[in-house]
Amino acid sequence: MGKKIIELKNIFKKYGDFTAIDGISLYINEGEFLTLLGPSGCGKTTTLRIIGGFEQPDSGDILFDGIRINDVPAHKRMLNTVFQKYALFTHLTVGQNIAFGPTIKKINPEQIQKEVKNYLKIVNLEGYEDRDISTLSGGQQQRVAIARALINKPKVLLLDEPLGALDLKLRKDMQDELKTMHTDVGITFIYVTHDQEEALTLSDTIVVMNNGRIQQIGTPVDIYNEPNNAFVAYFIGESNIIHSTMVKDKLVRIDGVEFECVDTGFGQESPVDVVVRPEDVVLVPSDKAKLKGKVTLVTFKGVHYEIWIEGPSFEWKVHSTIPQMIGEELGVTVDPFNIHVMHQAPIDIKTAETAVNI
Amino acid sequence: MSKRRFSFPYLIWMSIFIVVPLLLIIFYAFTDNSTGKIVFTLEHIKAIFEPLYLKVIGRSLFMSLIATVVCFILGYPAAMILANKDFAKKSTMLILIVLPMWMNFLLRTYSWLSLLENEGLINRFLVSIGIGQVQLMYNNFAVVLGMVYNFLPFMILPIYSVLVKIDKNVIEAAKDLGANNAKVFGRVIFPLSMPGVISGITMTFMPALSTFVISRLLSGGKITLIGNIIEQQFTITGDWGLGSALSLLLMVLIFVSMIFINKYGDESVGAGGLL
Repeated sequence: MGKKIIELKNIFKKYGDFTAIDGISLYINEGEFLTLLGPSGCGKTTTLRIIGGFEQPDSGDILFDGIRINDVPAHKRMLNTVFQKYALFTHLTVGQNIAFGPTIKKINPEQIQKEVKNYLKIVNLEGYEDRDISTLSGGQQQRVAIARALINKPKVLLLDEPLGALDLKLRKDMQDELKTMHTDVGITFIYVTHDQEEALTLSDTIVVMNNGRIQQIGTPVDIYNEPNNAFVAYFIGESNIIHSTMVKDKLVRIDGVEFECVDTGFGQESPVDVVVRPEDVVLVPSDKAKLKGKVTLVTFKGVHYEIWIEGPSFEWKVHSTIPQMIGEELGVTVDPFNIHVMHQAPIDIKTAETAVNI
Repeated sequence: MSKRRFSFPYLIWMSIFIVVPLLLIIFYAFTDNSTGKIVFTLEHIKAIFEPLYLKVIGRSLFMSLIATVVCFILGYPAAMILANKDFAKKSTMLILIVLPMWMNFLLRTYSWLSLLENEGLINRFLVSIGIGQVQLMYNNFAVVLGMVYNFLPFMILPIYSVLVKIDKNVIEAAKDLGANNAKVFGRVIFPLSMPGVISGITMTFMPALSTFVISRLLSGGKITLIGNIIEQQFTITGDWGLGSALSLLLMVLIFVSMIFINKYGDESVGAGGLL
């Protein structure tokens, strides 16, 4: 994609003793939909606020179009924010809210009226300009907030968990609308969320963060299929993360049994973490596989059954459309390219689990 | 349904101490019993339109208006400083503002005497630095000062309580949309604080308009406000009819000004006031 529009270089930020951001460097391309994803307290919102100009980093540079903007106040930055709780002006009507930015910039009123109508149309709120903010639903208020930001034609739109306060159905609809808006207006979106599914659905690029550090940057497919470490694997989707041993290139011992895989370069007999997505585990009759296990739990989940298999030293989570009998012994197989080998992460899996459950 | 029962004590209280006295005032204002018989009369109502009373009413309105404006000018910035999250001495300042309210109203006002009188603290200081004695008491200045002093907290607190509730995100949103500090204040903070301003104005203007203690003490009885006249009718002249009629007029004045203030407030913010 295009050139770098925003670049963060080695950003640090502390609040008292708490390190919110612990050395973050990343760039955002023009026109990109980039998502900062992580559990609460991971530093994603602070990163966004630093870009927006609401917080000053303790050290590090923020570049906008190649120019350092650390000292540019929020109201002079060429970007606009959609806040988590909408932050609409309750003393103004819908139209006046949207017109706020252009009015400040003293654009002529007729032009503003035309623009307001145009953006109301973009966010599907035609004819709402004289309504009171208090008469709108949460979804409608969020659309006003988006229109109010977009009308200023920012180069970058910052969105801080904009769908967090909406119910599930509405959130799905708004996700689709956001995606369409992003394509239509063609500006850069920087999106903050803790919802991994939302991130996978919307983004061109996902930045997974934890404890103020970037864990992985990549496309949704990369992040899902090739997680860098156990934290990313746990945070994005469901997975079996198994402490294993790399026997040699393309051969890994998982749960006591050797599996063929496609990864190389981890050395011989070295400890690694292996990620296997539950939908990639294939259950076969027990005589057809080296790894055998007993079915301990079967739960119907709608699209699939969630089946727990007790192996020799690990309990496997399996997603399958075929139900199994509890107590039955089955063989566990995984295709080589579905085994993802990672260096053992410095963080332990429990931390990642708690982080996900927040 | 059962919750309604809990309002009975208040309803009883209200009818005995608010509704009954009100009805009595109306009764006295429109009746005459000088002949020994109670007869309906409009004499008291006519009497309040005498030039003497109109002049006093005009003066009362003017002085309480000045006091309200001064309270607003002093109170709004104070409320803003208090509402500032980063202001470290917040609780100290809040206590300093509320502290005088713990003291008896009369006592507070008397204490100004010892400051303002010709041999008072301020004048002694002025004499000692060579400026000489200044007439601080027995004039409009002293009365307005007394009003401002007594009613300032009632201006600060409602504005403060509205200001602290303004969502920080809203202010950031305004900055985000290109507003500098002055515009953030003018277009967002001030309009959002209007409900507080309206109750602040109401709570200073109403007692200032009807006060009689402040004017009597600090002007030494030289400046007569409508409150003083009403008091005199009941305590000295014994003309309860005229006193009641004047009280009614005062109520009408307050009522009209409240409608006016609230209407103005509604137009500018679309948020409700006190009425």
